[in-house]
Amino acid sequence: SVNPDLGSERQTASFSVERLTALLDGGAEQTRIRRAVVEAIESDPVFSRENQYFQTQNERYEAAVRKAVHLQKKMHEMGWTENGPEYKYIYRALSGDVAFLLHHVFMRSISVLGSDKQIAKWIPLATQHKLIGSYAQTELGHGTYLQGLETTAVFDTATQEFILNTPKISAMKWWPGDMGRSATHTVVFAQLYIHEKCYGIHPFIVQIRSLQDHSLCPGITAGDIGPKMNFEHIDNGYLLLKNVRVPRENMLSKFCEVRPDGTYVRQGSQKINYFTMTTVRISLISDEVLTPLMKACTIAIRYSVVRRQSKLKPGEQEAKILDYQTQQEKLLPQLAAAYAFYFTNDYLQELFNRGYREIQRKNFDMLPELHALSSGFKAVITQHCTAGVEICLRACGGHGYSLLSGLPSLYTKILASCIYEGENTILLLQTARFLIKCFMAASAGQPVPPSVTYLAAVKHGKCPAKNKLDFLSPDIYIEAYQHVAVRLTSNTAAKLQDLIQSGVKKHDAWNQCTVQLVQAAKAHCHYIAVKNFAETVEKLETKAGIQKIMKHLCDLFALHGIFSNTGAFLHDGYTSAAQMDMVTASYLDLLAVIRKDAVPLVDAFDFTDKSLNSALGSYDGHVYQRLYEWAQRSPTNQMSPAYERYLKPLLHNTLSKL
Amino acid sequence: AAAMSVNADLRRERAAATFQPELLTHILDGGPERTRRRKEIEALVLNDPDFQHEDLNFLSRSQRYEQAIRKSSLMVMKLREYGIADPEEIYWFKSFVHRGRPEPLDLHLGMFLPTLLTQATPEQQDRFFMPAWNLEIIGTYAQTEMGHGTHLRGLETTATYDPSTQEFILNSPTVTSIKWWPGGLGKTSNHAIVLAQLYTQGQCKGLHAFIVPIRQLGTHEPLPGITVGDIGPKFGYDEMDNGYLKMDNFRIPRENMLMKYAQVEPDGTYVKPVSDKLTYGTMVFIRSLIVGDSARSLSRACTIAIRYSAVRHQSELKPGEPEPQILDYQTQQYKLFPLLATAYAFHFVGAYIKDTYHRISGDISTGDLSELPELHALTAGLKAFTSWTANAGIEECRMACGGHGYSRCSGIPDIYVTFTPSCTYEGENTVMMLQTARFLMKSYTQVTSGQQVTGMVSYLNDLSRQRIQPQHVAARTVTVRINDPTSLVEAYKSRAARLVESAAKNLQAELNHRRSKEDAWNRTSVDLVRASEAHCHYVIVKLFTAKLAEVSDAAVRAVLTELCLLYALFGISRNAGDFLQAGILTSAQITQVNQHVKELLAVIRPNAVALVDSFDFHDVHLGSVLGRYDGNVYENMFEWAKKSPLNKTQVHESFHKHLKPMQAKL
Repeated sequence: SVNPDLGSERQTASFSVERLTALLDGGAEQTRIRRAVVEAIESDPVFSRENQYFQTQNERYEAAVRKAVHLQKKMHEMGWTENGPEYKYIYRALSGDVAFLLHHVFMRSISVLGSDKQIAKWIPLATQHKLIGSYAQTELGHGTYLQGLETTAVFDTATQEFILNTPKISAMKWWPGDMGRSATHTVVFAQLYIHEKCYGIHPFIVQIRSLQDHSLCPGITAGDIGPKMNFEHIDNGYLLLKNVRVPRENMLSKFCEVRPDGTYVRQGSQKINYFTMTTVRISLISDEVLTPLMKACTIAIRYSVVRRQSKLKPGEQEAKILDYQTQQEKLLPQLAAAYAFYFTNDYLQELFNRGYREIQRKNFDMLPELHALSSGFKAVITQHCTAGVEICLRACGGHGYSLLSGLPSLYTKILASCIYEGENTILLLQTARFLIKCFMAASAGQPVPPSVTYLAAVKHGKCPAKNKLDFLSPDIYIEAYQHVAVRLTSNTAAKLQDLIQSGVKKHDAWNQCTVQLVQAAKAHCHYIAVKNFAETVEKLETKAGIQKIMKHLCDLFALHGIFSNTGAFLHDGYTSAAQMDMVTASYLDLLAVIRKDAVPLVDAFDFTDKSLNSALGSYDGHVYQRLYEWAQRSPTNQMSPAYERYLKPLLHNTLSKL
Repeated sequence: AAAMSVNADLRRERAAATFQPELLTHILDGGPERTRRRKEIEALVLNDPDFQHEDLNFLSRSQRYEQAIRKSSLMVMKLREYGIADPEEIYWFKSFVHRGRPEPLDLHLGMFLPTLLTQATPEQQDRFFMPAWNLEIIGTYAQTEMGHGTHLRGLETTATYDPSTQEFILNSPTVTSIKWWPGGLGKTSNHAIVLAQLYTQGQCKGLHAFIVPIRQLGTHEPLPGITVGDIGPKFGYDEMDNGYLKMDNFRIPRENMLMKYAQVEPDGTYVKPVSDKLTYGTMVFIRSLIVGDSARSLSRACTIAIRYSAVRHQSELKPGEPEPQILDYQTQQYKLFPLLATAYAFHFVGAYIKDTYHRISGDISTGDLSELPELHALTAGLKAFTSWTANAGIEECRMACGGHGYSRCSGIPDIYVTFTPSCTYEGENTVMMLQTARFLMKSYTQVTSGQQVTGMVSYLNDLSRQRIQPQHVAARTVTVRINDPTSLVEAYKSRAARLVESAAKNLQAELNHRRSKEDAWNRTSVDLVRASEAHCHYVIVKLFTAKLAEVSDAAVRAVLTELCLLYALFGISRNAGDFLQAGILTSAQITQVNQHVKELLAVIRPNAVALVDSFDFHDVHLGSVLGRYDGNVYENMFEWAKKSPLNKTQVHESFHKHLKPMQAKL
């Protein structure tokens, strides 16, 4: 039976939960397929995550390998294929707790960077798991800045081989997943040298472990990089290469080739390659970033209607903590952000699909815009969602700190997303570079891509809102966001020009403006997210209360952004002090409105208890019983040697003689 | 690894500093003599082979608990052997032994023994204190339950007096009443001071403390009627056996209720305690420790991030030149230097509260407790403000170290998971902020009814003088000089006044809508928290500024002044909306503030490494490969990784178990 405190929340939903779920999935049929996949995975004991919180790094790794191997069998059994409709739900159903993810990156890099001949040779081997691949780009000394990588690959014309080396300690490959223990092969990125001339970074397929007994190949030193904040199940690895020779054919050569005589030949356009890199940034948003935030909201909000603390009215029962305004103010904006970014992700996916079609027609015009949007949104969404999960964690008080709440592992996992696939500050600066360029072009009357045409329309008006209800009008807040984005971009552009005109070198001027540039890039993304949310709401079905509740969330998302960054909106007087009080009033009113639908709104995410793996967040709300039961399973409650060895002598008076 | 010389970048940084780091260390420690003594104790522990062990990152939780217990027993023995008795010196010793981590005897030493001293009768002290001092009795303090934390009145455990046997019957009547979280309860303790609702003669007399034996002396098995265990894995606190405790009709003699103040007589008659003001004192003291802990934890994270940023080179700033230190990027400075300034600010705030507490508790014996309510209200907010800020700041430091910050070898993950519970324990932060707000509202009401208030809230007195003017109190034109810390204190004061007044007016408006007091309070609580934050922020800027005048060395004063300015200006920049909305600063001034923040980053840059060196954390205590004093980061990351448990064998057993069979089949 369901805890009545949670049950009662569901009876008053203002909208149909099932319809909202279908909307999020992209249709009822998709919901059906997803549920079938989840059911198949969760009913299979091999995929269980039941004891995950009690396991050591070694046990987690072994379980992940076992699951990866079993998954092959399962897919075959279920008739799921990599191109089938079920495929995208498998990873979500496993909560990412599986090995060999880099194997897919290995395969993708060969498909994208390899010649037809290389694809024909390696892809079948990889598909059949005759080998296990990894992807070795990052080094101890270099991450996002790829040109700085120090691994070398020197072409030896005599033997038609590349000789790979790790010339110094900082050049050691560091972090690649699956490489510490599992992989037999990896794609190594190295500086290519031919006849002592450096040609820059190129990818090479290198075998690192024997296919017979898994021992390391000659010249290879590899291992696990040690414990991290999360990803205990992944063997992130290091790799040291000492005169490792690979045949000439192992350089991935779709775009450039080294001929037998050492001639270096460029071929085709790299643009499609850049597009792929850009796509990866977008592809991680859904599973790696939105899902953890949605799960964290589900756990924290359900727990907040079960937990009662202190009294709101004398003589009454203790209040649900979600009834406290301060608790609403922590959690509900995170919930709104989860929905907002869910729709941003849809928007980006659509844009990228269009971009892909254009690129296939050899039209590369959209690339700069796609690159800017993917960089900026990767940074903004990962940062926002990471902060959101942490807020959810801390909003659950002491119990949130227990691993059994599920929240610490969601947090430690999502926060890695701020670093991989491009460090966020650097990505924001790339978006800013695009913005400044477009702003200059727009000011000069030249055409600019659609997402930035607003930069041309610099208005110096004032916010027209007259009362607090006006701030529930998307036109009002979208324009406010637009105003801030334009102001930050144009001010920074002006500052840059001033500096350069006063004799400061271009790169120095750029570094002196980077703090402002980052702010401009964020404002741009925030504006697009708000605008897109409002436009999405506009198009939603009016039936079943869906549009109404989404409108509330959109308003909350927008007003929370203003409320937590009032300075940007008050600056230059666009919004007046009195208007800011209206924003605050409207914002606080909305919290109380959305409070009523908070539980149905997280129910709509449709996570099973097994996927939440949380003693606090389960559907039935039996929080305390579950916490107690799970704690008793902890290995620390089996007899520990500490008593015999240390406690006993301690308690038995060995100290009293002092 | 072989002995290596100090990394050239760090050497250069240290040579370029404009001040002597030791002098600043002395200020932080409270004088050169304190520094000397701290280092002496540090050496005592770090050179002691008994306190050496494998890197904790590679141990399982059970192993870490075991190590901690081993070290704690030795620690107690050695403290007595060396005759270390000063509380601060004990704190240092303990912190070096356990590398800043919690340990299973924390509650015994920090709560069980002191509670016996303050709340036990002489007879009880005879029975319990010496055995506890000699560790025959190991105790914990069992307050929090599964269903209730900060809101103590909601605790459900019952202690019912039975006059026929002169015993208390202890019960955990519901699942939610199970004691949950107390440190050392799970596996270590054989006694607990249990807080329970006292029932006698059919009436509930509220929460009282009872000494409850929970495990058999000798076998250490739980006693009949007692269910006790470990609550399982947590985010951090691996060394600590936080526990649960369920009691079923468990009887203890009447004499086991702590009866120095309240009493139950043999026939069940309840005798009320005289005053509860004294318990305020303990809370103030513990909160002052948390403020100090916020400062230290943030300082450790800053030390790691700033040294690493001086060692790591990346990308290019100027075309054709070598890769620059990442500390040369404005964005990196903007992430780290305000946090460095914050760490210093919090150090001085922590020291202030501690001093004030000692001054006032001197007065407790002489009876003058008039300052206690304000200090109590202020420390609640400061505990919340500093722990929230440090919590976020530690994470920013970790992020600023990129991928390597995510590895356990950076040490920052450990600092974070060890620190973050302080946002919750000893009073959940939001609740703490609202406590401070309650005091602010009370003071505001006093002022509006014509009374004067004193202390840190005395700025509210100005409100009545401004009352004749129709606009906001703060809207009077303050000439803010953005280069002058004293002037910035005034700006923060105006902001606090404005937000306190605004919260008070909103609260009144809700009450005017005929809402109940509690309801009105709840509907204003977001405003109230903002008001408290602004008040705390003002206090911190004020205390930091006041500290500058006490610094005699000109070079140190200069660099601290820069940090103080950065702290104040960065806070304005981040909260620009408050200053703009209240008309304290104009948009043009905010632009200047933003610009000045960036200029200060460049000014502080040459002293950044020296400023973290001044915190004077020993490498062992820092526990970070990225933050090593010698800066030899990459070599040591490799050495560290080789010890990872996954690397124990060259070929992992998973290969034989799973990979090979699959490859054979496919």
